[in-house]
Amino acid sequence: MAVPTVMNEDHFRVMSEICANLCRDANARAIYVIDKNGQLIATAGESERFDSTALASLVAGEMAATGGLAKLIGEEDFNVLFHEGVRDHVHISLVANRVILVVIFDNRSSLGLVRLRVKKVSAELREIFERMLHESELPGANPVFSEITEQDIDSLFE
Amino acid sequence: MALINLKTREINCKVVYYGPGLCGKTTNLQYVYNKTSPQVKGRMISLATDTDRTLFFDFLALNMGEIRGFKVRLQLYTVPGQVFYDASRKLILRSVDGVVFVADSQIERMEANQESFDNLSVNLSEHGYDLQKIPLVIQYNKRDLPNAAPRDAMSRVLNPMGRPEFEAVATNGSGVFDTLKAAAKLVLRDIKNKSEAQQL
Repeated sequence: MAVPTVMNEDHFRVMSEICANLCRDANARAIYVIDKNGQLIATAGESERFDSTALASLVAGEMAATGGLAKLIGEEDFNVLFHEGVRDHVHISLVANRVILVVIFDNRSSLGLVRLRVKKVSAELREIFERMLHESELPGANPVFSEITEQDIDSLFE
Repeated sequence: MALINLKTREINCKVVYYGPGLCGKTTNLQYVYNKTSPQVKGRMISLATDTDRTLFFDFLALNMGEIRGFKVRLQLYTVPGQVFYDASRKLILRSVDGVVFVADSQIERMEANQESFDNLSVNLSEHGYDLQKIPLVIQYNKRDLPNAAPRDAMSRVLNPMGRPEFEAVATNGSGVFDTLKAAAKLVLRDIKNKSEAQQL
């Protein structure tokens, strides 16, 4: 049975710290951590300047399409995508085949630096994401919904 | 699968509008987008061809309100209905929490409805979902057209499981929000049931 993924304060804090450190070390404008299904998990930097929800769904869609393309030519996946703009560039990488790390940077940084820093944080990100998924499956992981009544749900639509 | 963020107190769920080409999936989303206030909606994204046919997906994020201090956010997606975009449909169904099947009521589209419904079942099962168990709402769209098939006949073919079903005219909004609300309710109930089962 697939259960909801539950991100608690500890998961959120660790992921936010990873994003903040990466943003600083890669001299990036913004960092987003998105799950493969398009749900936004954590951000850092100037992330609020962009529509985060829309960005998350587009990146997940793009990653999914690229994955389909990879399989079509016999590759397991393409783990890194890079979009080069005039001022801003986007580096997208798939971590542990589960989570997507997006780095938006401009000419104050470089692709080489971003790649290096992304590689360094990937292991940390993988660890916390796997812990979050594992803990989501434990009994009592989702205290919110076990307390919600049918009446609460009905009242949302009155 | 839904994401519950205990820190930001948000519950995010994914609902996919499925159905044959030109049945009105994008029109449903456009109506929801046009009739909701800017405070509760995000940007609507449509990845479409030059002729406005959905190429990959449409996307709209909606804030539905709060349950016990938790913001309920729905992410609405449509799939491309045209038969040859099956690979895209599969991708969009990944981690879905609920489905709205939009059927085209025109009698000559019954075969396309049936084909799309069967395709939904196949694609869900490829992701490990069971059509019999997933939160599902059926919408009979285009009820205003003179060649609309009788609702009972459509129901017999597309809804033998007796899921919630609604008549709609998505172009004028009739039935659009009823469908959406029913789908959201089913999704939240499903998450609640799974969470309760997890406690045992």
